[in-house]
Amino acid sequence: MNAGAWALVLSSFLASAVETVEAFTIVLAVGLTRGWRSTVLAVAAALTALAVLVIAVGPSLTAIPLNVLRLAVGGLLLVFGLQWLRKAILRASGYKALHDEVAIFAREAAEARAEPPADPRAFDHYAFSLAFKGVFLEGLEVVFIVLTFGAIHGSIPLAALGAAAAVVAVLVVGFIVRAPLSRVPENTLKFTVGVLLTSFGIFWGVEGAGASWPGNDAALPVIIVTSAVLSVGTASVMRQRKALVQVVAS
Amino acid sequence: MSKIRGFFVFLYDFVIGDDWRMTVAVIAGLALTALGVSRGIMLWGIVPVFVLLGLGWSLVRVVRRDRASA
Repeated sequence: MNAGAWALVLSSFLASAVETVEAFTIVLAVGLTRGWRSTVLAVAAALTALAVLVIAVGPSLTAIPLNVLRLAVGGLLLVFGLQWLRKAILRASGYKALHDEVAIFAREAAEARAEPPADPRAFDHYAFSLAFKGVFLEGLEVVFIVLTFGAIHGSIPLAALGAAAAVVAVLVVGFIVRAPLSRVPENTLKFTVGVLLTSFGIFWGVEGAGASWPGNDAALPVIIVTSAVLSVGTASVMRQRKALVQVVAS
Repeated sequence: MSKIRGFFVFLYDFVIGDDWRMTVAVIAGLALTALGVSRGIMLWGIVPVFVLLGLGWSLVRVVRRDRASA
């Protein structure tokens, strides 16, 4: 595998890992409070819907001319990556609360308990709906990344493989731990994915618009390193500024 | 009607997210690059600069809002 293929698998793996951890928290909260029968059905249904989406949309994406695909997908990846990066910088600098899986688990479990209990032998609509939404909506971001990243790189199966590996890894760890995976460094993962998506979006977007990079493919690692350094630097400056404002305010 | 509206709200939130300014910066950067190419000018640096400005602008707004509420 070349460097581009590794970056493709890594991006899909990391993005999928983050989203699977978040979906796992919701599923665990629903399963433990409402029972596992309808919850497991919902997870299976959501994963099937996501897989159908990849299989249905994937081939049509690869039929689009490469330059049009690069412009459209590069632009979308860039917009999407900037969202991840913005949130990660705000969380790393203290301007946004860190994602707390334990707190989310407690909130979801409390909401599920507040609903009237379902007959254990009957289908639990509430559990199904909550678990389906949790898995489908978190998974949609991964599908978006797998489809766009995979299509532009000409290998949706490779991107899907990276995403599936993350789902399996998180589920295995989750099954062993049987608690919210609060020790997964979600913000660091989101930071990395944000940098990768933004960098690839810049690279492909510019090429799709018809311009060429100096050094062609050699420009990509430079863009990734520059994006990473600038993002970490910005987060660091903002963290210091936030601390200074707090000192002055107190 | 509310379901259609709900879908578009979801789509906006999914693609555009918390700050539309970053999306505008991306579109403007790509459009200027394409315009430059159509006139024979290789403006590969426009998109990175616009991305930097869009993200920077968005972050500065958060910092200012935070300082105002402190």
